[in-house]
Amino acid sequence: MASSSLQVSVVSADREVFSGEATMVVAKTVEGEIGILPGHEPMLAILAGGEVRVTGVDGVKVTASAEGGFLSVENNNVSIVASAAELIG
Amino acid sequence: MGAQLRVYRQKIRSAQTTKKITRAMELISASRIQKAQARVAAATPYALAVTRAVSAVATYTNVDHILTTEPAKVERAAIVIFASDRGLAGAFSSNALREAEQLTELLREQGKDVVYFLVGRKANAYFSFRNRAAERVWMGGTDAPVFETAKEIGEAIVESFIRDASEGGVDEIHIVYNRFVNMVTQVPEVVRVLPLEIVDGVEAPGENDVLPLYEFEPDADKVLDALLPVYIESRIYNAMLQSAASEHASRQRAMKSASDNADKLIRDYTRLANNARQSEITQQIAEIVGGADALSSAK
Repeated sequence: MASSSLQVSVVSADREVFSGEATMVVAKTVEGEIGILPGHEPMLAILAGGEVRVTGVDGVKVTASAEGGFLSVENNNVSIVASAAELIG
Repeated sequence: MGAQLRVYRQKIRSAQTTKKITRAMELISASRIQKAQARVAAATPYALAVTRAVSAVATYTNVDHILTTEPAKVERAAIVIFASDRGLAGAFSSNALREAEQLTELLREQGKDVVYFLVGRKANAYFSFRNRAAERVWMGGTDAPVFETAKEIGEAIVESFIRDASEGGVDEIHIVYNRFVNMVTQVPEVVRVLPLEIVDGVEAPGENDVLPLYEFEPDADKVLDALLPVYIESRIYNAMLQSAASEHASRQRAMKSASDNADKLIRDYTRLANNARQSEITQQIAEIVGGADALSSAK
């Protein structure tokens, strides 16, 4: 993969919570924590409720809580979809 | 004052009061359409993400899942009808109900039983007036739907979908709602949500295409289990939001034509009242002149 950043979007049922470029995403799935870097293989995972940490391209870290949803990775596009999600801090 | 004149004035006054109400409702609806549209737009990223994920699983795996496979024989189908809570919205509710009736006929012809899930007081009124049973009814909040209601509806229909047909479960779920096209056009639409019919957003892979290796955590079956209720909820929520926007648009139009109609009535009755007043004056003059003549000739 040539591109070296991830397009991340965190969406909840009624709005888009966060969207932007990132170098790394860490989320908690039902099987444990997973870190996603650019070039990750396509995947779909069920999220366990908890924090999602996104490290932006400029190094800024964003933390969001996501409740009851899933995570999908495809072509460096990461979507975190939860029925309820919001940014922390 | 003549009796005729008084009647006209009364009608004018009543038309004026009605116009005040309809005008106010028109303005309220106009301001709410914007908000409803904004909510549809805000919910779109979620719907898109969910749809894309479902398409990915449905396209890139070959698991047999109850929610995606066509049942061999469909005994019972459910229709979810989205109408409004309040009237005075033109043909809004009746459009959805008419569409549902047509769908019912079609399904009956195919030998399927039909059960109903109703959303909105008007749908409930329509059914209870005709003494027809509904599986479940949700009332209140059709003009500003919340996700919790969508979730409740989603859970209810997925539950009855999973239940066996012999225990009163359904094999097919359709939704009927008014889709918001623009301010003047709202079309009633029927969508079959379960089993999945059209999966949009992802192209079906060609014969020779290599499928991307999708990783599922924990496994494809479980992911589908978790994903499909979410997908249904998002479809229901979308339908509710569209329906709410359509309701406001439809009400605004209905109230605008009501106000215009009131204007016309006021104008017509004012003309008639003027006529009546004039003829009354003319008659009085004629009476006075006639009386004077009679007096002078009697001398």
